[in-house]
Amino acid sequence: MSGVAADGVATRRFGGMRVEHIMGTAIGIDVRDPGVDLAAVDAAFEWFRDVDRRFSTYRADSEISRIGSGALDASAASEDVRAILALCDDLTRTTGGAFDATRHRADGSLDPSGVVKGWAVDEAARILEAAGGRNFTINAGGDVVARGTPDGSRGWRVGIRHPRIADRVAAVLEVSDRAVATSADYERPGHIRDPRRDGGPASGGKFDLLSMTVVGPSLTWADAYATAAFVMGEAGAAWVAERPGYGAIAITTDDRVIWTPEADALRA
Amino acid sequence: MFPKRGAIAIVLTALALVLLVSFKTPDDFGRLGNGRTAGIVAPGPSGAPGATAAPSAGDGGALGATGPTPRPSAGRPSAAPTAAAATGQVTGTVVETRFGPVQVRATFQNGRIMDVQAVQLPSDRARSAQISQYAEPYLRSEALQAQSAQIDIVSGATYTSEGYARSLQSAIDQAQHQ
Repeated sequence: MSGVAADGVATRRFGGMRVEHIMGTAIGIDVRDPGVDLAAVDAAFEWFRDVDRRFSTYRADSEISRIGSGALDASAASEDVRAILALCDDLTRTTGGAFDATRHRADGSLDPSGVVKGWAVDEAARILEAAGGRNFTINAGGDVVARGTPDGSRGWRVGIRHPRIADRVAAVLEVSDRAVATSADYERPGHIRDPRRDGGPASGGKFDLLSMTVVGPSLTWADAYATAAFVMGEAGAAWVAERPGYGAIAITTDDRVIWTPEADALRA
Repeated sequence: MFPKRGAIAIVLTALALVLLVSFKTPDDFGRLGNGRTAGIVAPGPSGAPGATAAPSAGDGGALGATGPTPRPSAGRPSAAPTAAAATGQVTGTVVETRFGPVQVRATFQNGRIMDVQAVQLPSDRARSAQISQYAEPYLRSEALQAQSAQIDIVSGATYTSEGYARSLQSAIDQAQHQ
């Protein structure tokens, strides 16, 4: 898909799909502009590796881990880390505690993962845009940014994974310049905790939802809203609908699919 | 190969009514915790709105077998016997309600309801409350899967690379069936 251009120009051009395993997940970049410098795609992947080094809760030497253990004072952290922590505080207030980076994990350690992935993808999209990328997707473990169009004729068709059947989709959105994030615990049962109830599911045993998908202009917020709205249950869909520009698709444990108007308008 | 118009009308009116029942008004939100709404259900053999038909054997098993939660029988529509031979799309009449007009369009295949779409919902009122909820059956989802040849990318909680690979592979497979 890439290589030295036919005209002999040494710049490597990229057009196509590349997947790497970073941040504990698979990250795919699919660029449909033929002329994007391959260095920009390299830079985007390097950016994800950098984010992993600084934010991973699985690396004892990451800034987040060191802040959590008390080895690093948050005020002395890098600018990005401080920005993310401020964003987490903001979200804790906005969500009435349904998002809380200090209470998502069973052991109470700091875990801003609910926003880091979305934010990292938004930043990677800026890297590609700065290199002239206009039509591309980035998919980080199911959280998606879609820019422009896949073929010039329509928006990107984003399938929402069926919560009970891994290889099927339950709904399809057609989007341009939108982000789509899905929060669910079907892939890692029990990993989502409700910070408002000492980490237990909202309904005492099981969550009301199988999955919560949020679509909107920014993946940073879509990702965070999806995390928060999932633990809110059905009311989470209404809550998302109140965020200007954001919509939700909630799939309930009794197999209903709830669309808010903003999401419904993007239905493929 | 359409059945009698009258039978279709009954089916669609029933669907519209049940759709409306499923449509939560802003006032209902305070009661979300206890009063759960049922999904759209097809009328039973008597044609009475709200009667629940059993899931058909062919597609009901897959959802239930893999799911962690027992699925209530009301969550899923199935064929209305009155539409036994129908294949195609039929738009129901507009049903005036206190919330506004409601109209649905149903897609039948060999008499089974494959898809139900709301043509009209009282969405202005809903929009003012920033929420328009209506329940959908999974049958519609399965209809969408049939169209999923055109999917470019999949969103889902695919945290593990295995899950991601499966999703991606499925999307690719579907694309190849175009």
